[in-house]
Amino acid sequence: MELSGTEIIVESLKQEKVKVIFGIIGAAIMPLYDTFGKTEKLPFKNILTRHEQGAIHAADGYARATGEVGVCIATSGPGATNLVTGLANAYLDSVPLVAFTGQVPTYMVGNDAFQEVDITGITLPITKNNYIARRVEDLAPIIKEAFYIARSGRPGPVLIDLPKDVQQARCQFKYPDKINRKGYKPSYKGHVRQIKAAAKKIMEAEKPVIIAGGGIINANASEELQKVALKTNIPVVNTFMGLGSFPKNHPLSLGMLGMYGQYAANQTISSADLIIALGTRFDDRITGNLKQFCPHAELIHIDIDPVEIGKNIAVKIPIVGDLKYILHQLNDYLDERKNSSWLIEIKKIREKITPQLEEEKGELRPKYIIKCINEFFKGEAIIVTDVGQHQMWAANYCQFMHPRTFVSSGGLGTMGYGFPAAIGAKFGCPKKPVVCISGDGSFQMNIQELATAIYNRLPMIVVLMNNGYLGMVRQLQELFCDRRYVSTSLAGSPDFIKIVEGYGGVGFRVNKKEEFYPILEKAYEMNQFVLIDCQIPQEENTFPMVQPGSSINKMMGVEQS
Amino acid sequence: MKHTIAILVEDQPGVMARVASLFTRRGFNIESIAVGHSEKEGISRMTIITSGDEKVLEQVTKQLNKLIDVIRVRDISPRNVIERELILVKVHTDSLSIRAEIIQLVEIFKAKVVYVERDTLTIEMSGDEEKVSGLLKLLKPFGIIEIVRTGRIAIARTKNNGQRT
Ligand SMILES: Cc1ncc(C[n+]2csc(CCOP(=O)(O)OP(=O)(O)O)c2C)c(N)n1
Ligand SMILES: [Mg+2]
Repeated sequence: MELSGTEIIVESLKQEKVKVIFGIIGAAIMPLYDTFGKTEKLPFKNILTRHEQGAIHAADGYARATGEVGVCIATSGPGATNLVTGLANAYLDSVPLVAFTGQVPTYMVGNDAFQEVDITGITLPITKNNYIARRVEDLAPIIKEAFYIARSGRPGPVLIDLPKDVQQARCQFKYPDKINRKGYKPSYKGHVRQIKAAAKKIMEAEKPVIIAGGGIINANASEELQKVALKTNIPVVNTFMGLGSFPKNHPLSLGMLGMYGQYAANQTISSADLIIALGTRFDDRITGNLKQFCPHAELIHIDIDPVEIGKNIAVKIPIVGDLKYILHQLNDYLDERKNSSWLIEIKKIREKITPQLEEEKGELRPKYIIKCINEFFKGEAIIVTDVGQHQMWAANYCQFMHPRTFVSSGGLGTMGYGFPAAIGAKFGCPKKPVVCISGDGSFQMNIQELATAIYNRLPMIVVLMNNGYLGMVRQLQELFCDRRYVSTSLAGSPDFIKIVEGYGGVGFRVNKKEEFYPILEKAYEMNQFVLIDCQIPQEENTFPMVQPGSSINKMMGVEQS
Repeated sequence: MKHTIAILVEDQPGVMARVASLFTRRGFNIESIAVGHSEKEGISRMTIITSGDEKVLEQVTKQLNKLIDVIRVRDISPRNVIERELILVKVHTDSLSIRAEIIQLVEIFKAKVVYVERDTLTIEMSGDEEKVSGLLKLLKPFGIIEIVRTGRIAIARTKNNGQRT
C-alpha cells in the first residue's frame, strides 16, 4: 500500500491506538491536518487548543490520568518552541508523550528559513529521545520506536520533527511490529539475590519506612505496594509524585514528605533505621539538606532507571527493575510482622500534631475547601492542580484513594500546567469527575484554554483559590524578606466570572464558608464547565514548611498547620 | 583522576551532540575525543579522555548508557589498554644545524618527517601520551608553528580485560 507521509502518520497513530490528539495548526504542519480532513473516519479526536503549551499539557494530563501515551502536534518555529516547557515538564515527571512538530522542507533546513528552528537541538536535554524524519521511509519505524520508547522503561516525552516535503512524499507503508535498538533494553526483572537481601533487611529492621514515589504509579504497582505494606505493617510515606499510590485514609499512611510535607512523615523518616525507597529520585524538595537526611537509616532503593540509584544518596541495596514485578517477588520473600513498638512510636509523633481540616466558623479557607471536595467526591475524582500554595494544600489534604487521581506538575513546578492538564484528563477519563484546583496566578497562565474546555462541552470544575497573590512566593517574602511583596500582588486580575461567561461557561463566586459546599454540589450537578472563584484570605500560609536548605525534620509553622 | 571512556554508539544524526551535551551538563570536561567507524556496520566507537571523581564518573557513565543511541559504555583503566594518538607538527628550521638536530630527535622518537620546506619541517608521530608530550616538549624550543592532534584512541589489550563498567 503506497501512502503519503501524512497518511502514514494517521495509520501509525491508529496502530498505536491513539484516541485523542491536541494541537495547533500552521503552514509547516498543514499537510498533516489536511490528511485529517480527508480521512473519512479519523481514528482519533483532533482537539484544537488555543496555545501549544495548552496542547502539550493537555496531552500530559491525558497521559497521567490514563497511563496511555499522550500525543500533541505543533507547527514549526514558534509552534515548536511553545512546546518546550511542556516537554521539560513531562521529562522531569516521567510522563509518556509523543510530540510531532512541523519543519521546513529538508532542502531548506539549515538556511534559517521562515519559521525554522532546530527543535531537536533545543529539546535534546528535555526529551527521552528525539528524531528528524529525513525520509518518508523512516516515518513508520520512527513512530513505532517513539511510542515504544515513550511508554517503556522509565517513561518520557519523545519528539518527532516532520519536514514538510517528507510529509508529502510517498512510499510503501507497513507498520513494523517490533523495534530493535541495541542501546535500549530496559531491565524489568530485578536481581533475585538483591531482592532476597532486601527481604532479609526488611525483616531485620526495627524502624522501617516505605517511601512510595511516582514510579509506583508509572509501574501500575499500587496493589503490590499495598500488599507489601499490609503484610509487614510498614508505614508508607508518599512523595508528591507518589500521591494516590497508597490510600491516604489507611492507618499506615503518613501522607506526603518533604519541604511542604506532613510533619509526621518527615519526623518518621528522620528516625527510621531502614528506608525502602520505591520509584523515587530523592529530589531536593524531599531530602532537604542532604547531609542531614535520614541520618540513622540504611537504604533499599528500587527503580527502573539505574541513573537514579546512588545519584543523591548512598544505597545499601540497589535493585533495578520494574516495581510491579519486583514488589510481587519481594512479597513472596517477606513474612508477616507486627512492628508494634515502631507503630506506637509513630502514633505518638502523629498525636503531637495532626493537621486540622475542621475549622469552626468564619472565612472561607483553603483547607475547608479541600475538606468539602473530599466529602463530596470521596477520593473518586481526578484532582488536577496548578502550582503554588493551592497545590500544596491539595497535595497535603486531599484524600487520595487511587493511583492516577492526582495530576500535578512536580519536578518542573510549571504554573499554567493545571488547567490544560485537567482538560486532557477529562478527555482521557470522561466518566470520572475532574476537579482542577488552581490559583489566580497560575490560571491566568493558560486561561485561553477556557475556549477548549467550554467549546468541547467538558463537564469539569475549576476551583480557583483566589488570594490575590502569587501566594507561594508571597509567603516566602513574608517569611524571609520582611514582607516586601515585590511583584507578587495580582492586583489587576480580571473578574474571573465574567471571563468564563465571556467564553460561554458558568462561574460562581464564593465569599462565605457556608456557601461553598452547596455550590460545589450544584456545579457537579450542572454537568458542564463550571468555575468556582473562591475568595480566600490573602495572606494564608502553607504550613508547616521546611526552610530551603534546612533539614527536613526541622519544620517551621507546625502549630499553624 | 583521568579516565578513558570507550563508547559504542549507533550512527544516528546528533549522537555526537547528545554525548557531548551530557558531559557539559555534568561539568565534566572532555580532554580529547576521537570518533570513527567500528568493526560493525552502522556502529561507531568514541574514545573520550576525561577527568573527574569516581562518583561523577559513575553518573556520567549511567547517563551515557541511558541515551538511546549509546550501545555500551566502558571505563577502561589505563593499565589494561593500548593508547595511541597521531600528531602532525610543523616546526621552524632556521639553519642546517637546527634541521639536523630536529631530524635526530625525529629518529629517536621513531617519528617521520612528512614535508620539508626551506625553513620548516613537518613531522608525523603516533604514540601514547608520554611519547607524544615528550617529543612536543623537545621540539618547543625550536619554535612550533602548528600542532594538529587526532585525540587519543584506546583499545583493550585482551578480549575481556580493561573492563570496569
Ligand atoms: C511558569 C512559572 N513561573 C513562575 C513560577 C514561580 N512561582 C511558583 S509558585 C508561584 C505563585 C503561584 O501563584 P498562584 O497560582 O496564584 O498560586 P498560590 O500560590 O497563590 O496558591 C510562582 C510565581 C513557577 N513555578 N512557574
Ligand atoms: Mg494566588
